[in-house]
Order: sequence, then C-alpha cells, then structure tokens
Amino acid sequence: MNNETAMNKETADITNPADSARNEAAMLPPVDVIEDANGITLYADLPGVPKDKLSLHVEGGNLSIEGELALDMPEGMDATHAEVSLPRYRRVFTLSKELDADKVSAEFNQGVLKLRIPKVAHLQPRKVEIRVA
Amino acid sequence: MMHRSPFPRDLYAELSHLQREMQQAFDVSPSIRGMARGFPAMNVGGTPRSVDIYAFVPGIDPATLDVQIEKGVLTVAGERRVADIPEKATVHIDERAVGSFRRVVTLPDDIDPNAVEAKYRDGVLHISIARKEAAQPRRITIQ
Repeated sequence: MNNETAMNKETADITNPADSARNEAAMLPPVDVIEDANGITLYADLPGVPKDKLSLHVEGGNLSIEGELALDMPEGMDATHAEVSLPRYRRVFTLSKELDADKVSAEFNQGVLKLRIPKVAHLQPRKVEIRVA
Repeated sequence: MMHRSPFPRDLYAELSHLQREMQQAFDVSPSIRGMARGFPAMNVGGTPRSVDIYAFVPGIDPATLDVQIEKGVLTVAGERRVADIPEKATVHIDERAVGSFRRVVTLPDDIDPNAVEAKYRDGVLHISIARKEAAQPRRITIQ
C-alpha cells in the first residue's frame, strides 16, 4: 500500500507542472468529427467556458482541448441539483500523420468550438489513374 | 432483477442498463420525470433571495429559445441545428445533441413568477427567479 502511494507520487512528479491540471477530474465534452477530402472538422460543446478559459494544445501528435467553466453565480448560492458538477472539460485526441497540426484553425462561439485541421498539402487527394494494359 | 438486452453481446447496452439499475437502487426517491438526464444539462441552485437555473445549451440563437413558467413549473424548449455535412464527407464521431428539446423543472412555492431574469452567455442560459418578498428572511428588531 505504502509502496503504491510512493510510486504514484513519483509519476506525478515526473509530469510537467504545467500539466498538473491533467490529474484533476474533468467532464468529457461531446464532439462531432467530420472528415472531407481536405481535412477534418471537429465541433465540441463546451457550454459555460468563456473564450479566455479555453486552451487548445497540439503536442506530440496529440490534440488536447481543455476549458474551465465560469458561471456567474449569486453570492451564497446552494446547488440543489447539479448535472454539470465539475469545473472543467477535457478531451484529448490523437492526430494522424497526414493531418497538418501547424495549420489548425479554431473558432469559439457561445460554447461551441469549431476546429479545422487540414491535411498536409502534398497528401491532398489526387485521382489515381488506372491504366489497362 | 437484471434485464437482458435483445442482443446479448452488445456490451454498451448492458453497461448502460447496469448503470441505470445502480442509479435507481441508490437514488432514494427518483423523480417522476425520470432520470433527469438529457439535453440540455441543467443545474439548479438557490439563495434566500432567488432561485437560479442554468441550462447548458451551447451554440443556440437565444431568440429561438422558449422559456415558460406555468403552474410552478419551468419549461425550457428549443431546437438545435448543427452544421450541414458536406457531400462526400465521412462522419467519424457524432455525439452532440441535435433536434428539438424540452426540459421541465419544478420550482419552489415561494417564487415570484413576475420577477424573472434570463441571460444567455457562453452557451449557458441563466434564469434567475426572485423569491416573494414575504418569503425572504427578515431581521426582527426587539423593542
């Protein structure tokens, strides 16, 4: 038991302190992912997250979406029923190599995030001709 | 008591069923309106002066939302449309709620249905209903 706690502590220390938020519980935002010939479009629902509390990271082939909720609650409010009970959203996706991670563009409007990840230019579609000998 | 799904190898159906049974077993008095899950997600809270309802409805034109208070019940209804899928596109993940929705919340007795404020920000509809004057705590001076 003791050993296990020590080990957990060690792994926690290895991680970048900036990533410490990753250990905190978060909600999984629902997403739609649509692929067309030129790239992928991702929509994510993050209601309650203001623009400045949304963070997007592309790192080592991973795309991570994180957002913190900021609701204006009156002072001394007691929650009587809560379906949204955690203060943040988080979701991580693995990008495949044909996607151009440097050219991700994002829009965030009324709690809906729209991400566009284009495919690497030289990998964009080309019709393969079939020659009949 | 365990129900069997018609397709016994559908693990997800089994799991969600199990989850529902567990919830029912632990929830002392489940609401007559069901498991209270769905779209939009809702939080309800209160202070001595107001009752506050938060509906998580991202990406909606607030003008299309229908909010009504009738007979002590608050109804939030609307329709959600998502972007059209272009031709020759593949949908890999499809989790976001689409279509019309309606959710109903019972309000406490001491609210004033004429003192309601509704705001829409960051995809959250915040409805604040004042409690009646008479119901608010008052300090009594001793003479």
